[in-house]
Amino acid sequence: MSADGAATLFVRRGERYVAWLAEDEVRVLRKVSAEMVGLLTDGFGHDDPVVRRLFPDVYPDAPDDSAEFRRFTEGELKTGKVDQAGAVLAGLPEREGEVSLDPEAADAWLRALTDARLAMGVRLGLDADTDLRVELDLAVDDDPGSSRVFQLSVYAYLGFLQESLLEAVMGAPVR
Amino acid sequence: MEGMAADIRQGGVAEQVRPSEEAALAGPWQVVVWDDPINLMTYVTWVFQKLFGYSREEAEKLMLDVHEQGRAVVASGPRERMELDASQLHGHGLWATVDRV
Repeated sequence: MSADGAATLFVRRGERYVAWLAEDEVRVLRKVSAEMVGLLTDGFGHDDPVVRRLFPDVYPDAPDDSAEFRRFTEGELKTGKVDQAGAVLAGLPEREGEVSLDPEAADAWLRALTDARLAMGVRLGLDADTDLRVELDLAVDDDPGSSRVFQLSVYAYLGFLQESLLEAVMGAPVR
Repeated sequence: MEGMAADIRQGGVAEQVRPSEEAALAGPWQVVVWDDPINLMTYVTWVFQKLFGYSREEAEKLMLDVHEQGRAVVASGPRERMELDASQLHGHGLWATVDRV
């Protein structure tokens, strides 16, 4: 953690990727992962824009072909996504503490963090023109205690955490 | 996984037009990855390296193509293989489609 206490960073230690998570971080990761499992099981619906983003039409101009593809691949894809959310839940400490991931778990965390960010990004209506800092300032001005402020903060945190794990996995920062 | 969508289309109402359709479907197919506002550039690079065995430089170039052009072709070949690639990209949260070259 950095001196200002705001930043959890993954570092490589031997064959493992290690970070110290504060209680808030553990709680947030547990919440978004459990929500993802819920979305992929009981809450699953093809009308849900998040589901449409996580399971995109492979043939946008041929709905029948897309449906066939879905029929053959969706089950496996769904299982994989539940498993990667499960890998996050399995890697978390009880309250605060160290997360230590082997390469396979780190891979699953990277995929799970992506799913969580996609789900939140779609729900928050983020697009290519969105500047997250501006968006957060606007939401705070509107109502600092709002759910949108919380969601945007979590979204930003997940991106930060993912970037840090990516840098640990890939070696040096990209640039 | 065997067969997948390509086999399912056989039979049914399209019977008479099938020969020409089959000819049209015989050509190679490609996987296209589309830009999205959420995935991190570093993450997309990592996925390209992992799934397609690109070097860091190649993967970054492809990622930048996606980012700057809005889309990029990441693989081409037989339809079944392209569908498998697209499915793996979906497993990694990338927005991938398949179309004819």
